[in-house]
Parts: sequence; structure tokens; C-alpha cells
Amino acid sequence: MGEEQVLELQNVSKRVGAEFHIRDVSLRLEPGSLNVLLGPTLAGKTSLMRLMAGLDRPTEGSVLVDGKDVTGVPVQRRNVAMVYQQFINYPTLTVYENIASPLRLSGVSKAQIDEEVQKAARLMQLTEFLDRTPLSLSGGQQQRTALARAVVKKAALVLLDEPLANLDYKLREELREELPKIFAESGTVFVYATTEPSEALLLGGNTAALSEGRVTQFAPTVDVFRQPVDITTAQTFSDPPMNTIEVKKAKNTFHLGEAAQLVVPKGYWGLPDGAYTIGFRAHHLLMSRPPETTKNNPLKGTVTITEITGSESFIHVSCAGQNWVMIARGVHNYDPGDAIEVFVDTRHLLVFDAEGTTIHSATEQQAA
Amino acid sequence: MNKTQNNKAWFLVLPVLLIVSLNAIVPLMTVVNYSVQETFGNNLFFFEGVKWFREVLASERFRASLLRQFSFTFIILAIEIPLGVAIALSMPKKGIWASVCLVLMSLPLLIPWNVVGAMWNIFALPDIGLLGYTLNAIGFDYNFTSQAISAWFTVILMDVWHWTSLVVLLAYAGLRSIDDSYYQAARIDGASRWAVFRYIQLPKLKHVLTLAFLLRFIDSFMIYTEPFVLTGGGPGNTTTFLSIDLVKSALGEFNLGAAGAMSLIYFLMTLLVCWLFYTLAMRGEEK
Amino acid sequence: MARIDLQHLRHSYIENPIGVEDYALKEVDYTWEDGGAYALLGPSGCGKTTLLNIISGLLRVSEGKILFDGKDVTALQPEGRNIAQVFQFPVVYDTMSVHDNLAFPLRNRGVGEDEVKRRVSETLDMLDLTKWSDRKARGLTADVKQKISLGRGMVRSDVNAILFDEPLTVIDPHLKWQLRSQLKLLHKQFGHTMVYVTHDQTEALTFADKVVVMYEGEIVQIGTPEELFERPSHTFVGYFIGSPGMNVLPVDIEGRTARIGSTEFELAGVPELKPGSRTDLGIRPEFIVLGEEGIPVSVNKVEDVGHHKIVRAAIQDQDISIVIDENASVPADPHVVFEPDRVSIYANDWRVEMGG
Repeated sequence: MGEEQVLELQNVSKRVGAEFHIRDVSLRLEPGSLNVLLGPTLAGKTSLMRLMAGLDRPTEGSVLVDGKDVTGVPVQRRNVAMVYQQFINYPTLTVYENIASPLRLSGVSKAQIDEEVQKAARLMQLTEFLDRTPLSLSGGQQQRTALARAVVKKAALVLLDEPLANLDYKLREELREELPKIFAESGTVFVYATTEPSEALLLGGNTAALSEGRVTQFAPTVDVFRQPVDITTAQTFSDPPMNTIEVKKAKNTFHLGEAAQLVVPKGYWGLPDGAYTIGFRAHHLLMSRPPETTKNNPLKGTVTITEITGSESFIHVSCAGQNWVMIARGVHNYDPGDAIEVFVDTRHLLVFDAEGTTIHSATEQQAA
Repeated sequence: MNKTQNNKAWFLVLPVLLIVSLNAIVPLMTVVNYSVQETFGNNLFFFEGVKWFREVLASERFRASLLRQFSFTFIILAIEIPLGVAIALSMPKKGIWASVCLVLMSLPLLIPWNVVGAMWNIFALPDIGLLGYTLNAIGFDYNFTSQAISAWFTVILMDVWHWTSLVVLLAYAGLRSIDDSYYQAARIDGASRWAVFRYIQLPKLKHVLTLAFLLRFIDSFMIYTEPFVLTGGGPGNTTTFLSIDLVKSALGEFNLGAAGAMSLIYFLMTLLVCWLFYTLAMRGEEK
Repeated sequence: MARIDLQHLRHSYIENPIGVEDYALKEVDYTWEDGGAYALLGPSGCGKTTLLNIISGLLRVSEGKILFDGKDVTALQPEGRNIAQVFQFPVVYDTMSVHDNLAFPLRNRGVGEDEVKRRVSETLDMLDLTKWSDRKARGLTADVKQKISLGRGMVRSDVNAILFDEPLTVIDPHLKWQLRSQLKLLHKQFGHTMVYVTHDQTEALTFADKVVVMYEGEIVQIGTPEELFERPSHTFVGYFIGSPGMNVLPVDIEGRTARIGSTEFELAGVPELKPGSRTDLGIRPEFIVLGEEGIPVSVNKVEDVGHHKIVRAAIQDQDISIVIDENASVPADPHVVFEPDRVSIYANDWRVEMGG
């Protein structure tokens, strides 16, 4: 079994020239944990992984393994495996030799190598391809080979940088399901970078939301999704983009511009009057009145465009001067320009102050 | 946050530092040293300030060889770069013939400079050389040992023969790295062959051509062995390029001060042109 | 804009194909209506890119004919077919401004400068690119570059069809939403015939009026997103569309009665089966009701994926997935009911109709 270790980043920054690629990141990753780095392109996911691996040295701060400072210890002397978006294998070696390569370097006996390789190959459904070379395989099989190499290495830290991005949608779904299981047993620290919120949710574990080189929140994935600490995190973790609008609170009403208003949900009654931004996800914009919000009048909007998947309809609505997206089950065929009445499910409302920080409702605070 | 910094690693850089100082810094400083002193032999040196520089820059001989140098460099660049690109464009993209072409193209690059000079010397001899004889036979009055034009023609032809391959190989590698979808998009857009070259191939070749240009520029500025073997700088001084002149002045006439000053001017000029060209070529490019 | 007829197309990358297995594209015979939005959906290697390249003329088809508005274009090169294509990785002319990129296909065809100016500025407007007009195309972000590629197609008034080859691959999720809906809007407004190749079901389903699902060089179903979701005609379509895909369970059928393991239940009708065929039951995870009545199941795992939960369960030893609402929870003694009119029966992987 792989060795178990805690990986800790303390106030780590990486600056290149005047530009911060990573800005003051502190994280503690437990053995056996699955950690998702979620953020758009150039948010710093790859930079952060390179720092974790020891491929780069932080400009400031330190990297600790089991409390021991390993800042500046190069990647060769850390027990790390990495899988990239591109399928990286040794092109002239067979799949078997590719998987065996990390073991060959560590001087394991032949019999044991064979056992390990066969086991990893079974796990990754590669047994029948062991004698082939990687380039004669499909993309999915090539990436499975790279993953199998990471498995046999039994590294204490496994870094996967958008490993499924170049694969077919369905294949992605299958591998995504298998991956956590494969690495879960080994006690490794497992880090997975992705741009897709849905992928983070399907993987579960913990999520670190990244934006412009900062980790804006690090917590169990579902918590980051449901209770983002600020509007940036909420946006990073919304697909489609979260619907937002600036509102004025006066007594028990949020005023959305001139014509529209929403009743302030119970948990926010204690909030002082003033300007706020509210946000709600596409699933929480509804076509019928949700329960517990009987006092709300529908908001009037115009349909920009409707996208239909067969199971769901994505209805783009222009409402109160904003462009919102509504996801509704079933087929609802609106034409561009159609008038529509929509309801906000205020049970799932997020409220942000002027700085964009989430204001938790009173009920949430009680729960916490 | 006090980390013990281990500085021992710096010792690993020492060998490189030593080698560089021995083969670059020390000779350069020696040249600088010569260029500001006057000597009358017997290891007697007098400080002269910038006298040599003034003298060299004012001398007719230096100006003449500088002009020859620039003319030569300009002509061979004007021929080799377009010719190299043209050949690279017409080479097969894959298959056995691509390999054959590549091997053929690399051949001239494998031949040592002095051999190239000697080869062309024989090749161009008007009485027995294939080139010289043929030219005379079809009615050209050609003799590179006595006519300036013939000598120039031969030197340039030799350089083109020797070095166009380098441009071809660089350009070919650059062309192969262009994704197929660019060509497909261009076909769909109805682009002519020329437009494909002008708007896809040339922009994508910019980096390798910059490299080719710099390499050929520096190399041609330093050209010595081939024309020396071929023409010895003659007839008269007509093919005496900077480096040949420099050697004549330093070793032939033992005029160390002037030669030192000349080398430095020569060195600074190369540096300046390279820097200018690189900056211009890379202007408006991010990263 | 044009109607596209694909007549008995077959394509092989091998020079003298012998058996069916030598064909990367098996028999395609179909008509694409003028102004339609079509998607070719399937896993890699299913032949969808081959078909696209045959339509664009980048590939010369081995057998069959392609007609644009009744005119045979089989032998024509891409430049002669008046089509536009947007590629997976953005293709722009780096050294030209955005404006000149769009003008390029017009100038190549000798269109007058006044007309070029008018068409280009119209197209820039359509695509919200006007503010980039004078910028060099180099250094722009991937989504803007993809719009430029699209613009080079839309700028031509005579374009027969616009083809897309996985155009959103390199685009971040948030921008995908914008580009996708903008594309859809453009199609509604200008009615170009559009063909969109992708392996991503969301892109295919949201974009197209008709989705063509391909599998191993064959078209397995052509239908609206709704038809594909509700009545997949092949188990592959059921699996490939929807996430998670359709549950496919081996089943024994006797008249109206279906038997999974030792559990029996009634179907909505009598499937029209030929004797001796292998039968499966298909039911989407969305159409299984989890409650306290019906067939008993054992629940293995509940995945909270934000907007809904996926329950991984088993009927005896058959794994099934069930989608439940984000606010719902799993009952103590879980049972499931299959919504009767959502159940499909498959014989040797092809859907059979239910008789009365």
C-alpha cells in the first residue's frame, strides 16, 4: 500500500514577473481524501498542482508533508504521480511496459511487477491491450494506460489535471465514476483539477474553488455548492452561470428595479435595509409558484431563446433588465420574444453584500 | 519563516563559468586590451585611448571591406531565405520521398568549410572545373581568379549551395507544424495558393525564419574559410570580407591595436543588427 | 442555403473494401432540409467526422452521391461547394484584423470593396464582434476566435451550409452557455442550414432540431431531442443520451407480463416480439419513482449532484440508477415503480412497439 501522508500548503504564492499565478493559498489535504480544484481556465489550477508536486518552487510560503517542510524538494524525491489532459505515455513501449515503468525504476522483483501490472490492467480494463503500443489505442484507452501507471506507482500524492477533458462525454462519465473508487482504497491524497462544476459534483469529496490564483473556498463539495462564501465562488460553481441581480431591501421586500419585487425570505428578515446582490441558480428559477412563497407575484420576462435537451428545457429569459437562465424539466417550447412569467424559489436564495460576501440566513446560522 | 538556505549548489555552476570565461570573456578582454594600446614589439605597450577606433573608422580600407561584407550578407540572405522557403514548400509532406529529400538537403551541411572551399575552387576552375569550363564553353567569359564579378558570383553561389539547406530544414520543420485545419479552412474560404502562403504559412513560419535569418546573418558575417580557400580574398581585394581583412591586419601585418579595435566594432555591429532585427521581428508579440 | 441530399453514401479509408467492416461509414441515405439545424452525435470513431468531411468536400466519398439543392456536388472541391466550417481548434488568420478575417472569403471571391464593407459590418454586428473589429486576431480568447471562424462563414450571402466540428471543445463552461445560445439564436434569425458534429449530448440536443445518432459507422436513430430521450430506438441511444443513461435490464416477457429475476409486473401493452429474440427492458432513471410501493430495491449509494440526487440501487442483482429531486430523500423500505408508458422493450437491442 502507498504511504499515507498529509499535504499542507501554508500561505503559498507563486509570482512570475509582476504577475501572481497563485496568491496566498493555504490548504490541508488529508490522506485518502479526494480534492477537486475547480475554476475556469487560467484560474491557477495547473500552477497550484505544480507547486504541490514540487515541479515549481513557491515564491513565498511553504509546502509541508506530514509537518515536514519540503519546499524546494524536487519532484523526483517526492512520491508523486501526475496525469495530464494530454495522453502522455512512452510511445515506443508496450502498454505493459508503460504501466511497469515506475516499478522498474524502484527495483521491484519481476514476479511482483507482473502481479501489479496485471492487477492495474484489470482495474482499468486494459488486459487485452497489454502487448499493444499506446498510439494504436483509442484516446480513452491511452488515458487509462496513463492512469494505470499512476495506480501502480502507489504515490502518496496523485495529481490529475483535467484528465478527462479530451475524452468523449460518455467515456468521461464512466471513468469519472471509477476513478475515486480506484484511488480511495490506497490512502493517497487525490487532487483533481476541472473547469466543470458538474464534474466536481459527481466526484464529491472536497472542493477548492479557484479564481485568479486564489482559493476562495475549501470545504466538502456539496457545501461549497450550496453555501458558497462569496459571489465569486458561487459563480465558479455554477453551470449555467448563476442568475444575479442587484436589489434594494426595504422592510420585507427586495426591490428588483422599478417594477419587480420579491418577499424577503424569513431567514433574512433581520437584515438592515440597503443595497444587496441576490443570486439563484438556473434550477431555482421556476415556471410555477414554489411552495412556502405564496406571497410572491410572478416576475414578468421575455424569452431570448429556448434550448431543449429532451429531458430538460434551458430557457434564457430577459427579466428585470438581466439575462437569466431557467432549467425546467420536460419540453417547453417558447419562441424568442415570447412573454413569460417566472418565479424565484427563494428557499434557495443567496444574498451577497456590497463586497460580494455571502450573508448567511438566520436559519443557516442556527443550524451551524 | 526563516529557512536555512543551502548555497553549496552554486559551486556546480563553477565549471561552466570557468569554461565560458576561458573561451569567451578572457579573449574578449584581451581584444579590448589590445584595442586601446600601441605596441612596438618586445611586449612594450602604451595606452592610446580610442585612437585605434578613430583610425579604423576613418580608414578607407575598413570602410571598403565593411561595404563588401554588407553587400555579401545582403545578397546571400536575399537569395537563401526565399529560396529555402520555396524549396521547403515544394518538398513532399510525407512518405519515403520526404525522407529522401531531407537527407539530400542535409548533405551540404555535413561538409567541412575548407573542403567546401577546395571543392568549389576545383569545380570553378575555368580550364578543368566543370562549372568554369561549361560557363566558358557556352560563351561566358568566366575566370574567378582574375575577374571581380566572376569571383563574387562564385563565392555567392558557393554560399548558397552550402547554406540554403539550413533554411530549407528550418522552414520545412515550421511548415510541418501547421495544423491541417488551417489549410482546410483556407480551401473553404476560397483562398488562392498565394493567399495561403501569405496569410497562413508565412505568419506561422515567422519564428523559424527569424531564427534562420539570425543564424545566416551571423554566419555570413563571420565567413572566412570558404572564400579564403576559394579566392584568398582576391582578385585584388574584391572578395576581402571583414574577417579576412581582420586576419590580414592582425597576423599579416601584426597591427594588433587596429585589429583589436576592428574586431570590437565588428562584434558590436553584429550584436546591434541582431538585436534590432529580433526586436523588430518580435514586435507586437505577446510573451 | 440549401437542401442536402445524401444518396447511398458509403465510405472506406481502405482502397478496395471487401466486407462491411472495412467501411468507416456504412450506408447513409437521408435528406437534410433547407434551413434545418442538424447534429451528428456519437462517440469517437463512430464516423461522424467522416460524414462531415464528405459533406464539406474535404473527403471524396467512396460510394454514393451528395446533392446541394438537387445539384450533384460529389466531385466538387470544398471551395466549389460554398460551405463554411468551424473547426475544433479555432482557425483564424493571425496577422489580419478581425475585420479582414471576415472580409477574406469575400475578397477571395472578388466581391467589390463596398459590398465587402457592408457585409462584414453586418456580420460583426450579428456576432457582437464590432468592438474587436480593428484588433489583430492573434491573442484574442478562444471564444472570440471561434466567433470569427463562424463569421467567415456567415459573411457569405451564398453559403449553402455551415458545418461545425466540435466547436466548443476548448471553451470554458460559462462561455459555452453564451456561445451555444447565441448560435441557436443566429440559426432562428437567419435560417442557415447547419450541421453540428459532437460527442457531447447536451450540445447536440440543445442545438439541433434533428439529432442524428451514429454508432460504429451507422445511423442508429434520427429524431428530435424529445424522441431520442423518450423513445430511444436502440439501446445504444438510450445509453448514450441522458446522464446517467437509460437503465437496460434483461427481461422475460409473456404477453403483458414482464419478469426481472423473480419480480413480475404488468406492461402498458403487449410487445410485438418475434420468438427467440433476446429481450431487454429500458427505463430512464428520471422515470423511476422511488417510494414505498412497487418492486423492492436495495440502495447502495446516493450521490448528491446539486440539482438532483442519483440513487444507485439494485433490483435483486441488477444495478439501476434512479434520479430523485434535490429535496427528496430515500425511504426506509425503498421500492420502485416504473412509469408504465415510459417503459420500452428491446428485442436484440432494437425497440419494439407495444400492441394494445
